Amino acid sequence: MSAARVGIVTFPGTLDDQDAARAVRLVGAQAVPLWHADHDLKGVDAVFLPGGFSYGDYLRCGAISRFAPLMQELVPAARAGLPVLGTCNGFQILCEAHLLPGALTRNASLHYVCRDQRVRIEQTGTPWTGSFSPGQEIVLPVKHGEGRYVASAETLAALESAGQVVVRYLDGNPNGSMNDIAGIRNEAGNVVGLMPHPEHAVEELVGAPSTDGLGFFASILKKLVNA
Amino acid sequence: MARVIVDVMLKPEILDPQGQAIARALPRLGFSGVSEVRQGKRFEIELDGPADEAAVSDVRKMAETLLANTVIEDYSVRIEG
Repeated sequence: MSAARVGIVTFPGTLDDQDAARAVRLVGAQAVPLWHADHDLKGVDAVFLPGGFSYGDYLRCGAISRFAPLMQELVPAARAGLPVLGTCNGFQILCEAHLLPGALTRNASLHYVCRDQRVRIEQTGTPWTGSFSPGQEIVLPVKHGEGRYVASAETLAALESAGQVVVRYLDGNPNGSMNDIAGIRNEAGNVVGLMPHPEHAVEELVGAPSTDGLGFFASILKKLVNA
Repeated sequence: MARVIVDVMLKPEILDPQGQAIARALPRLGFSGVSEVRQGKRFEIELDGPADEAAVSDVRKMAETLLANTVIEDYSVRIEG
């Protein structure tokens, strides 16, 4: 049994923490609940920032969460190399905290989009995508109203040339993201954010479109066990 | 007591689909001659004391760190007289 411990953060308004914890357990790692109001990462080996509507999305999605006590611990730890994955609202928080470049804005259609989305894994060199094959096409659920990734022309060019685009939308961009970007990594590669939800695609029993999401959790487990 | 206003707008190069939707709705209400609408946020900051240089500088810091995401938004600060 693995001793790999993955922290799952819960903010007021987080929705997907239980699914994330279940996904972590399914691959054989230990899920450690982390509370937004604590200054304590509990010594975890990696952190998952789940989706939802933390702090009611007041002001901007992720804008208030960024200043939560837990984030005061997480930001320096992530800068020091702690593997962090943020999905949906977690991705928005990582951008607001400047752990990832760019920002997530209102969908171009102005509609909340909830559907199964085909995406391509562009980078397998991160701790969260190492179990995929390069260019692998998978299907994950997306569900968001503010997922349009935007960045300055210079940032976008730098992301593309450095191979920091980790996941890209296929068969139709759900939100108008620049360059069909669904997920990116930081320069070091330890911090990854994406709008689709791997934690909702881990079990066929619940009608998930695939179990492709398991790859993200298997990746971090493999990375931590081999570390 | 003084009031400082912070206006936050999406940068010009960032698409504003909400503004576009408003612009499309205006002709349906009979308003013509509008070429573009962009939507932003206005914050009214009530100060305990006067809007002196130090206080306004603090408001500027608030705008920079929280009220605006300077990756995608510009802000302006003014004292309401």
